[in-house]
This record gives sequence, C-alpha cells and structure tokens, in this order.
Amino acid sequence: MSRASGVFVRSIVGAATLMAMGGFAQAQETLKVGLLATLEGPFAAPGQDSMRGADLALKQRNGMAGGKKIEFVKVSSDATPDKAVNATRKAVEQDKVQVMIGPLSGDEGIAVKNYAKTQPGITFINGSSGAQAATLTDPAPNFYRFNTEGAQWMVGLGEHALGKGYKKVFLIAEDYGFPYSQVQGFMASYCAKGGKVVDKAWVPLGTKDYASVIAKVPKDIDALLVVLGGSDAVNFLTQYEQAGGDKPMIGGSITVDQTVLNFKGKRRESLLGTASAGPMADSIDTAEWKKFVADYKANFKDGFPSPSLFAYLYYINTKAALDALDAVKGDLSNGQKAYREALQKTNFKGPAGVVKIDSNRNGVGDTYITEVAKAPDGSFYNKVVKTVPDVSQTLGLSKAEFDKMGLGTRDVPDCRK
Amino acid sequence: MNRRRWVPWLVFGLPVLVFSVWAIADNASLYFKTLLNGLTLASLYFLVASGFTLVFGLMRNVNLAHGSLYLIGAYVGWMVGERTGSWVLAVIAGFLAAAILGLLMQVLIFRHMQGQDLRQTLVTIGLSIVLADLALWAWGAEIYTFDPPSWIYGSTTLPLVNKFPTYRIFVFIASIVIGVGLWLLLARTRVGMMIRAGVDDRGMLAASGVNVQRVFALTFAIGAGLAGLAGVVGGTALSVSPGEDTRYLLASLVVVIVGGMGSVVGAAIGALLIGLAEQFGLAYAPTYSVVFTFVIMVVALAFKPRGLMGKRIV
Amino acid sequence: MSAAQWRRAMNSSAAAGAAAARRPTDLHAVAPATHGTPSPTGSGLWPWLRNALRAVRVRHVVVLACLLVYPFVASPFFTFQIGAQSLALGLIALSLTFLGGYGGMVSLAQMTVAGFAAYMLAIFGTSSNTGISLGWPWWLALVVAIALATVFAAAIGWLSVRTEGIYTIMITLAVGVAFFYLAQQNYTVFNGFQGFSRIAPPTLFGHDLHEPMPFYFIVLACALAGYWFVKYLIHAPFGVALQGIRDNPRRMQALGFDVTAHRVAAYAVTGFIAAVGGVLLVWYNGRISPGTVGTGAMINILIIAVLGGMKHPIGAFIGAIVFVLLQNFAIDLVDRERFNLVIGGVFLAIVLFSPDGLLGLWQFLRTRLAGRITNRGPGRIHQRQRRSET
Repeated sequence: MSRASGVFVRSIVGAATLMAMGGFAQAQETLKVGLLATLEGPFAAPGQDSMRGADLALKQRNGMAGGKKIEFVKVSSDATPDKAVNATRKAVEQDKVQVMIGPLSGDEGIAVKNYAKTQPGITFINGSSGAQAATLTDPAPNFYRFNTEGAQWMVGLGEHALGKGYKKVFLIAEDYGFPYSQVQGFMASYCAKGGKVVDKAWVPLGTKDYASVIAKVPKDIDALLVVLGGSDAVNFLTQYEQAGGDKPMIGGSITVDQTVLNFKGKRRESLLGTASAGPMADSIDTAEWKKFVADYKANFKDGFPSPSLFAYLYYINTKAALDALDAVKGDLSNGQKAYREALQKTNFKGPAGVVKIDSNRNGVGDTYITEVAKAPDGSFYNKVVKTVPDVSQTLGLSKAEFDKMGLGTRDVPDCRK
Repeated sequence: MNRRRWVPWLVFGLPVLVFSVWAIADNASLYFKTLLNGLTLASLYFLVASGFTLVFGLMRNVNLAHGSLYLIGAYVGWMVGERTGSWVLAVIAGFLAAAILGLLMQVLIFRHMQGQDLRQTLVTIGLSIVLADLALWAWGAEIYTFDPPSWIYGSTTLPLVNKFPTYRIFVFIASIVIGVGLWLLLARTRVGMMIRAGVDDRGMLAASGVNVQRVFALTFAIGAGLAGLAGVVGGTALSVSPGEDTRYLLASLVVVIVGGMGSVVGAAIGALLIGLAEQFGLAYAPTYSVVFTFVIMVVALAFKPRGLMGKRIV
Repeated sequence: MSAAQWRRAMNSSAAAGAAAARRPTDLHAVAPATHGTPSPTGSGLWPWLRNALRAVRVRHVVVLACLLVYPFVASPFFTFQIGAQSLALGLIALSLTFLGGYGGMVSLAQMTVAGFAAYMLAIFGTSSNTGISLGWPWWLALVVAIALATVFAAAIGWLSVRTEGIYTIMITLAVGVAFFYLAQQNYTVFNGFQGFSRIAPPTLFGHDLHEPMPFYFIVLACALAGYWFVKYLIHAPFGVALQGIRDNPRRMQALGFDVTAHRVAAYAVTGFIAAVGGVLLVWYNGRISPGTVGTGAMINILIIAVLGGMKHPIGAFIGAIVFVLLQNFAIDLVDRERFNLVIGGVFLAIVLFSPDGLLGLWQFLRTRLAGRITNRGPGRIHQRQRRSET
C-alpha cells in the first residue's frame, strides 16, 4: 500500500511541477504578435486563407518591423465566441504577445472587443470580423479595425440595382447579425431613392432546403436580394434554377465570392451577371491589386486561384499593424501610447484602395460594385463595374439620420410600401 | 379500445385539417408546392434513416457515425462521378464505399463489443468525430455539387404547382422503389427472414445454426450502404460540405425516434411527419421551423415513448 | 427491505466479490467503514462524518493541498483559463458521471442544462442587453436560474426515462439540439445568435470575482462541494437504490422502488449540479450564446466524462484537466487544424482500449507498478484467489 501511494504522490508532485513550470513567463527578444483565425471545423478554408494574407504582409517586409524580428503566435478558434476569447487569452496572457490580430467572424469580434477592455496594455487589431457592433456599440479604446464592416460593404449596391431597373426586390437572408448589417447597408440608399423591399424571408442558419422559401417568392418583383453565405448560397442558387426560377439576383458580399464561385461541380450559367458588392473584387484594375494577387500566387502554391476576402482583410490589418510599428521604431512602452497614435494616423494605399480609420477606430474605405463574369478559361470571377469611395460607418447618411435608424436588425430598416 | 384510438387522430388531425383549408384558400399554389417539397424531403430522410433503423433493430447498435457514412459516401461518389462523368456510377460508388466502410467497422470493431450497447455508442461517437475530420482533411472545406444527367435536372410542369424540380420527383420515386425493395428483402428473402428472426431472438437464431456474425455484417453493410447512397442522392439535391454529417444524423435520429426504433415502416412514417413539418414550417413560420420538428419529437415521445411504430422491424 | 439492509447485502463478501469484478464502486471507502464498525443503521451527520474521516487517505490530503496552493504558484493565466475552467467543466462532467456511471443513463443534455442556467442568469441578472435582462440582484438571479434549470432537467428526465437505457443518448441529444435551435432563433428571450455578453460575476466580500484568484477559489469551493455531495449520494440510500436500478430495474421495481421517480430525481439532482457548473461557466466566459450549447459542446462533456472514467467522481475532473490542457496546448504540438482528429482519436482509443478512462488506465498501471498487493479489499482478494486456482 505504501509503495502504491508513493507512486501516486510522486506522480502528483511531478504533474504539479509541470503545471507550475508552464506558468512562469519567458522573456523573449523578438516581438510577438498574436494571430487568431478560425482554423477548426468547416470554416477552416477561410481561416487558412486569412493566415496566408497575414503571412504575406510579414513576408513583404522580410519578417521585420520596427527594427525587430516579428514572430507570429498563431491561435485558432472554431467560430464560437467562447473559443475565440479563450484562444486570445492564451495568446495574450500565456504567450505574452504585445499586439493581437484577429478574429475572423463577426460575433467573435464582439467577444474579443469585450476582452480587449480587460487588457488595456495590449493593442487589438481586427482580422476580418465585420460586425457593426464591434466598433459602433460600446467600443474599446484599444480595438482597431482597419477594414470596413458588413454594412459598409453594401453601400452603393442599392443605387446600382435601381440603375438596372430593379425597383422591387424580395429578400432571402440568413437570420443573424451579419446579414442584418448587409441588408441595412443595401437598404440605406435603396429605400431613400425609391426602391422597395417587398418582404424579407429570414431563414434559420443552417437551412439547406430552400424549396419552400423559393415557393414564397412573389411573382411581381424585379429581382431577388440574396444574402446567404458559402454552401447555403450554392444550395439556393441550384435549387432556384431547378425550380424554374428566372428572376435576376443581387448578392451579398459573401454570396458570390471566391468560395462560392469555386465550388466543385458544374458551373451554372444562371450565376452570370449577378450583382454584388464588397470591399474588394477579383478584378480590380490597379497596379496595387495586381501586385497583391501576383505576390499571393507566388508565395502560396496551395492557395485559391485568387486571394479571397479573408486573405485581403487580414493582409491590410496586419500591414497596418506592422507599418505603425515601423513608424514608432518598435517602441511599445508607456502603454503603447505612441504606437496607438501611429495606428490612428495610418494612411496607405492598400491593394483595394486607401486604408485609414475614423475617430471610432473603424475603417473608412472603398466599396466595389461587381458583377459575375466568365473568364476566358471558363472560370467565374467578379468583374468590377463601379467603385464607391470613402464609405464610412454612417453609410452615406448623416450621423443624426444614422443614429435614428439604429443598427440593422430583422425589421430595421423597413421599406415595404 | 376503438374509441381511444380515434382520439389522437382527432386531436392532431383537426388542427391540420383546419390549417390546410385556410392555406389552400390563401395561396393554393404555395400549399401544394410545400406539400410536394415536404414529401420529397421526407423521401430523402427516409433513405438516410432506414439504414440507421435497420442497424439498430437487429444489432441494438445506435450508430452515431451514420452521418459520417453519409458524408464519405457522398465524397467518394463525387470523385467517381468526376472521373467517369457518370452520375449513376457515382451513386453506385457511394453505396459501395459506405457499405465497405460499414462492413469494416462491424467486423473490426463492433463485433468484439457485442452486448455492450453503451460502449458501442460511445465508439460510434468517437468514430464520427475522427471520420468527419479525416473527410475535412481529404476533401477540404469546399462545397461539392453533383452533375446529374439532364433528364433528371431542370423543372417539369405539374398540374397545380406549375414548375417543380424534376430531381425532387426523381428522389421521391427512388425512395419508394428502395423502400419497397427493402421491404421485399426483409419480408420475402431468406436473408430477410434471418434478420427478422435475429431481431426477435438472437440466441435462437444462433442456436438454429445460422452464422449470426455474418448476418450482422451483412445488415450493417446494407445499412451503411443506404447512408452512402443517400449521400450521393441528397448531395445532388442539396450540395455536400462539412457539417452535413451532423445535420443528417440529427434528422435520422428525430425520424427514428418519432417513427420507432428498428421499424422500417416507422422510419417511413417518421420521415413523412418530419419532412412535411419542416417544409410547412419553413414556408409558413420560418423562424421556428427547425424547432417545430423537435417539438413533434417531444410530443411523440410524451405519448408513445417507443415511437409510433414500436419495435417491429417491418 | 430497507435501504440499509440492501446496502449491507451489497457489501457482504459474496455480493461484493461479484460486483467488484464487474463494477468496483469505491470499495476503499466502503470496506473499512463496514468491516471495522457495525454498519450505521441510523442516518445522522456526526456518525457519517466520523466514518467519512476514517476513509481519508494520504492522497486525498495531498490533492487538496495541491489544489489550495496551486493559484499561488501558477500564473494568472493558468489559474484562470486552465484551473478554473477545468473545475467548472469538471463539475458539469461530474453530473454526467453520476448520471451515467452510477445511474446508467448517459445523458448528452447536461451541457444543455448548464447552458439553460447560464441563459436564465443572463436574463434575470445584468448583461449587455438591457432590453431583455431584468437586472435583478445577482443572488436572486442565481437562485432563480439554478431552480429553473433543475426543473428543466427534471423535465428532460421525465421525457427520457420512460424508454430503455440506450435511447437516452439519442433523446437527450435531440433535446439538446432543439434547445440550441430555440436559443439561436428566438430573439425576444434568448437574443438569438448574439446571445448575452458582459455577464460579470459579483463582488463578494470585497473581492471582485472576476479576478483569477478569487474566482478560482469560488470554483474550487463549488467543485469540492459537488464532489463530496456526489460521494455522499453514492452511499446514501438514494444513490444505492439508483445503482440497483442501473443494474436491474425489474428487480428493483419488484422490490417496491419507484423506478421512474428515482430516475427523474437523479436527473433533477444532476441537473442541479450541472446548473451550478453552468453558472460558473458563464461567469468564466462573461457571455453566453448558442455556440456554448451546440452539439460540439454537448459531446465535449461526454468526452471529458469518458476520458476521466465514469467509475469514480474524480474521473470527471481528471478528464476536464486533460481536455482543457489539450485544447489550449495541442495547437503548439500538433498541426492546429487537426485538433478535432486528436481529441476524437484520444476519445476513441480510450473507449476501445480502456473503457474506464484514464482512471482505469491508472488502476492498471498501479497494479503493475506497485507489485503484489495485500489488502485491497475483499473484491480484489477474491479475484486473486480465483486466478490462482485456475
């Protein structure tokens, strides 16, 4: 009995020592930057691409910024806010990063923003989270978002739709925060200029079978506004075509993006011509964008044919973080005060337009109106038809008007009549 | 006794009747379209759930890796379809791939745990996690769609509902054919007789000289193969991507709980109820359509804990 | 036949030998108590306490000391994210261990009950969503949340106990998923996809419970209370009857025990434990959203319970520590994308080769490393005698 208990006591002591050892901080020479993306589960593909975007930003400056060597500490979540906060906490408190870049999805962004408030000494920079509330409601003074958010991505699409003669549309969207923002962005100018959103069909997240929703589409509308993402978008488009539907479609920012256009299977011709909008497009005709695509393709043989939305967003956020480090020559002392001032002054020409932020630390940038076109090699891509410059979080309305409207929800805004 | 049997029909049938009358008066085309949609979704659910209930009925094995079999059958079927350009071959490949995987699972793993129901279920949970991640590794997170022959694709014009997807009609017919085939297998063949005997009394079956393990392996293979077949058929209607395995597993669970474990007819009835409920919910009350199906399950359990058709296999 | 007589019958050498060969339910604590003294027929705190203290071993003292000293030697991150989180998850898994290991009903809805308590706390207490949260004082919201969650657990129990054992996993999984979809789709009560954030733990006796150390001690206190409560229950008439129902419900029914009532009561009791764990978890996270009660989270609790071993209450906590360590540090060791494969593979390996989890592995190693054992209790001796005879 004593031998057995001895074994037991020894193993307990060993385990305790191991745990305690892990708790001691380790001083490092290089500058650690945390990188959070969704690398687990079905959202792994956008997550992988976002890491590529961040890696590209670092590679372009040979791994150095502010005179120090930058080491990325990569942590992963599974698209749930709890896991995102846990991963962020590990990077900040355990791995002792000084700057934290991430997360990927909207609700994770709000959770990380709330965590940022408990760590005033660390600077948090967004990854690709596009939820309005992350900077509009209860913002954190150390949370920066250099990209525009979901509602900003749809500004201008309303006018484009009216220009194409779509005066009455029917909305089909997933029932959660990101589509609410997207719809608000679309409707802010669409309704003001006389368009009507006849009805809104909010489908629960994860719906695969849209047959009954398709059956509800009224006959007298001009177009369908479809704000679905990923596989839901593919399902919807296939089923709509099979059900004999022939109304033109307007897509949200992730409805006809690269991940959807790249689905494995026969390309449906009915996709061609679908209008959409977003912070970037596959075919922007500037030197900066072309260089970005070329760099991406050269560095990542296993990546997508063209950088995705997530790669782009992580790229500009990481680049902003590293450029500011250069501006203060790596000085993160005094609560990172000088660094944050440098971040606020950020203004560089990114691949898809100028990157700068407003007083709320949210990005102000260009929105691209696109249409799906066929490339000579038969693949589909998004062709830019219009650029809307300098879109801010008030979506082209005055601040008073925007505050009156409030954040997008199921019923806000409403222009049925 | 007779009067009591009419009560549930009245309690549940009357509101449904009232609703139907109102809905037809309101928008007849929508009502019938939804009805047909529900029937076709039900047929897909039946395809998936029949394999699940077959395996449970005989081997008392709650195979929670059933969804993974669906997914892997779909992916393998897709690869074969791409290589050969034939959708029919893809279906066959999906069936065979899942059947072989199921056979391996039964012979290598479950055979040694006969009688330990809980342990088997836990193993299937572990297998489902591992298989799902292996599938993600092998085929990535992209969306895969199938390319069925043009005579199935497209829309046909039906009397009351105008254009209706041809493929869904095909799925409906296919599931009826497979359902009848399954019934014939169980009720009219020797193998079916052995399976039914095994459900009633495994010991006697073994005592009468039948190689019970072989019957088990065959049943598991058929059940798994049905999942793989459903994978290709369902994947053509509603693309394939990671996460489909959980979705179809949950659908099978609800269908089988409502219909009755171990009963193929029960699976058909359960599928019908759930498919119709889901589509009508999506059309008339989209917010809670998914919860609606679970409510039906809860109500069914509250009144009939064994499911509507109890434990008979046919 | 009274419960005490039943217990004596269970502890007599013949019955214990057969039972121990299949399910050694904590013979160390039981054996000295019944062999050294006449079995306590009366119930009462003082005699029970005396007997319990008799059962305290060196290892109990060592572990308790380590737990108390831990936050002082480990970093705040380790105290908070590893220590407190493992104990909170362990508490929820403990409810599953008791329900599954001792009650024979493996319920996947324990996380659902915990999440329900968390939601109720958010709704009745304070959170970022002032439109829905009622803003009651924290202690009142706490009591209401736990009470409602216990009722919810009893309802789930009532729904699933009328069927046979193996159905329980399926039905509780389905109920859990139903609750997930309800929480995700309903905006008036559950605030849908966003859930509630800024749920702060209260300030107790001047210590802000959101600081790592005070929070750790509160969680430790709850975990210890839960652990001892379960250990007490196992030997109490209720627990013994429950184990009897697990082994042979028909016989228990014939003996006059109300099987359904016992089972539902077991669900309610474990629901209470899970609710406490859920409250601790929501204070740890500071938020609650549908993702916390999704299928992944429900299966994680099962993985934790099985990983540690469902034969003894400590297994739940061991499983939780291993799981949280894996979750946090696997990304540093393995390809971060394959985390699910790692956790699934470990779970599969455990179920296939060591169904009693890590505890079973530990028992196996201990018997191997420590050589021949002399007085392990009647069950083991019987085993050895039988083996030497053949």
